[in-house]
Amino acid sequence: MKYIDEFQDPGLARRLLDEIHATVTRPWALMEVCGGQTHSIIRHGIDQLLPKQVELIHGPGCPVCVTPLEVIDKALEIASRPGVIFCSFGDMLRVPGTGRDLFQVRGQGGDVRVVYSPLDALRIAEQNPEREVVFFGIGFETTAPPNAMTVHQARKRGIRNFSLLVSHVRVPPAIEAIMRSPECRVQGFLAAGHVCSVMGTAEYPELAARYRVPIVVTGFEPLDILEGVRRTVLQLERGEHAVDNAYPRAVRAEGNPAAKAMLDEVFEVTDRAWRGIGVIPDSGWRLSERYRDHDAEIRFSVEGIDTREPAACRSGEVLQGLLKPHECEAFGTLCTPRSPLGATMVSSEGACAAYYLYRRLDLGSARRQGQASSAPGAPSAPFPADASANVPPLEGSSVV
Amino acid sequence: MCLAVPGRVLDIEDRGGTRMATVDFGGVVKEVCLEYLPDLEVGEYAIVHVGFALQRLDEESARRTLELFEDLGMLQEEFGDPWEAADGMTASGMTASEITAGGVAEGERLVHEDVVGEGHR
Repeated sequence: MKYIDEFQDPGLARRLLDEIHATVTRPWALMEVCGGQTHSIIRHGIDQLLPKQVELIHGPGCPVCVTPLEVIDKALEIASRPGVIFCSFGDMLRVPGTGRDLFQVRGQGGDVRVVYSPLDALRIAEQNPEREVVFFGIGFETTAPPNAMTVHQARKRGIRNFSLLVSHVRVPPAIEAIMRSPECRVQGFLAAGHVCSVMGTAEYPELAARYRVPIVVTGFEPLDILEGVRRTVLQLERGEHAVDNAYPRAVRAEGNPAAKAMLDEVFEVTDRAWRGIGVIPDSGWRLSERYRDHDAEIRFSVEGIDTREPAACRSGEVLQGLLKPHECEAFGTLCTPRSPLGATMVSSEGACAAYYLYRRLDLGSARRQGQASSAPGAPSAPFPADASANVPPLEGSSVV
Repeated sequence: MCLAVPGRVLDIEDRGGTRMATVDFGGVVKEVCLEYLPDLEVGEYAIVHVGFALQRLDEESARRTLELFEDLGMLQEEFGDPWEAADGMTASGMTASEITAGGVAEGERLVHEDVVGEGHR
């Protein structure tokens, strides 16, 4: 799947690729932090259009994927309680908790509702004063300000039957955790454009200097990603490690000051567990003391829930860039978007789902030739027959 | 989840002390909170995430992005029916993420060989 005619400006894409090819003299490993970028990279075959020496490692920036299993289980428990209206974004419905998901809770009579915006959940709370309304507040710095504003509004308007189940995460501590890992191979980062449109770029120079890695703020469209890669590779070849903004139409150095002020007002920084990775210090937000009475974990006494991942799922290694999705023994056999073992196969931003959707046939032929799998005794066809029936053939061509 | 879509402000009003707007995303119209971009005006474009305007965008790049998202079926994921998507199976027998992926488009494709000349191998 390596097309360039889907790019909005194939001529510009070609020029950017030519420049990258002309710049690279040795192998480099770049990490795109954001799951939206991972999706775009795999969908457009950007990783295969790049020179062989440029490896893209897929980072942990898929909020659905990194939400810990125990938080999912807390959501399922709260959503099952009588009198509760549990509101969530649509992409959490199919994320497997222990033995079930929100979609099944709804089938069993739970009042689970999907909203476009957290403000919709607040409106539901206002309209149903006799019910407890809970919103599932997950996501990175892009999603945290809307949720902060919603809790702030609940407080301001005295809507007491609204609470937030919070599992927000922050990008810079995750970059730090990745760089501190002894197995780290990352030499440069594409920073997540929309996170930076809120937070600005002030958190990154220190990281770039301390770990001697270029950090290039990058957008989501194929051309944006190529430009981010081009600028990162250029810095690496020159031995530089600066913060650069390759997405200026949406990112200003100061970010969005009003959104940042609201984050400080409503949330406080806390240690947070990332699914498949473990606890990263200072990597999350929880409600601050002032807003603690809107904390669903406390309101529903679910702090005690503590669950473990299924052993077969290696999403933690995938999320840290230590394993490519198709190198997992369960990929496409035990684990598919229809029956996911872990969240990286559920969310369209998850690396496993992206590989499954866009690479199955490529990987299948590669596996049959014994090139792609590190799993001994891996099945020759990495996808079950039931799922292949409705998937149009991919334009295969060997990875260059 | 982290998809932020450019939209054009059609109308602004104060609702109970909160600055709200109706915003057009290539044909889909949604209510959007402007509290984080209070000086945004009617006719301007902004990046919108889960019902909140987060950053201004110039018209040309907003239009281009919307066209791309439309082509890729990404607006369907953002504004489509989440229950149908979560149900895992739809009329066409595709999973939600397969729909999001837009399947594989028809027609002639330029493949890698057309893009990267021999000199790069």
